[in-house]
Amino acid sequence: MKLLTHNMLSCHIKGVKNGYPFKIDPVKIEEMDADYDPDFLRHIYPRLEWPALREAAQVMGEPNLPEEVTESMLQNDEEFLRHFHHALLELILEEGALVCPETGRRFPVHKGVPNLLLHEDEV
Amino acid sequence: MKPSVADVRLTSYNKDVYEPSDDSFALVDALQQHDWTSFSPDVCLEVGCGSGYVICSVAKMLSQHGLRAQVLASDISSAALEATQETLVAHGVADVELIQGDLLKPLIPRFQHQVDLLIFNPPYVPTPDDELTRTDIARAWAGGNRGRAIIDKFLPQVKEVLSPRGFMYMVTVTDNRPEDILQLLSNDDIEGKVILERAADEEALRILCCWRRHERDAEGHH
Repeated sequence: MKLLTHNMLSCHIKGVKNGYPFKIDPVKIEEMDADYDPDFLRHIYPRLEWPALREAAQVMGEPNLPEEVTESMLQNDEEFLRHFHHALLELILEEGALVCPETGRRFPVHKGVPNLLLHEDEV
Repeated sequence: MKPSVADVRLTSYNKDVYEPSDDSFALVDALQQHDWTSFSPDVCLEVGCGSGYVICSVAKMLSQHGLRAQVLASDISSAALEATQETLVAHGVADVELIQGDLLKPLIPRFQHQVDLLIFNPPYVPTPDDELTRTDIARAWAGGNRGRAIIDKFLPQVKEVLSPRGFMYMVTVTDNRPEDILQLLSNDDIEGKVILERAADEEALRILCCWRRHERDAEGHH
């Protein structure tokens, strides 16, 4: 699971109000080369929750994302864009868990796939 | 030119995973007929990816048209997700992300009106309702009364995630009463039509293509 995907998932247990973002409990992290495409990054940036990505990136070993992102950084700050690319697309949570910030419920991640199925009493 | 659909010989399935069949091929044919030249989806999502044949084909279509999108596929079955992963690897497709989940639920808050291409090949076969509680491969096809049990859980979620410029492609058979499905979606201001009809063994396939009514009409796309 890439952090791009993590950024889009929420805990949907019945009654949970603050199920976003999942905390990441990593057991095995893999790095995978992805095609570097700054246009894709600029395009996707408005859809991201930046603080969630930044926090997840720190847990996953990419501590270099800034707190604030400016338009000029997105346009021509090559160093920033490389870190952004790496955090978003190249760090893979292979084994571990996603933890609901409200309930602490752990959703396992196995072979890179998060299991977000709920138990009967959570629906 | 790169082939724009997945190769069945490279597609994984087993006793727990639905083998690519006439319905999968009809869905991929419908997607191939889509006007990709004026469509650059940011988010593509397949629900119930099974063997991975369809989402792998979508990834290849995107790449053929030089498009880069966030592509996700989900299934309730871990066996299906393993098959999809194998199918993707066999085709050298790296950027499809997999999620084990029940329809669209975990994605709804963050993908509110964001999905540009939503794809669903549901369990559409009419069966007795007790087939619905099975956890084996029956989940891939058992649809309960008129084949509508899972479809009717999915339909209300479509309006949550479909983007203003998005399209939803869904497999149905005539037993599901596709006109009634279109009417239910229409109540959510989602318009659509049967875009492909095909007779297969013992079933009459109807592929639906749907989109949000107001935005598109206002843009004069009809």
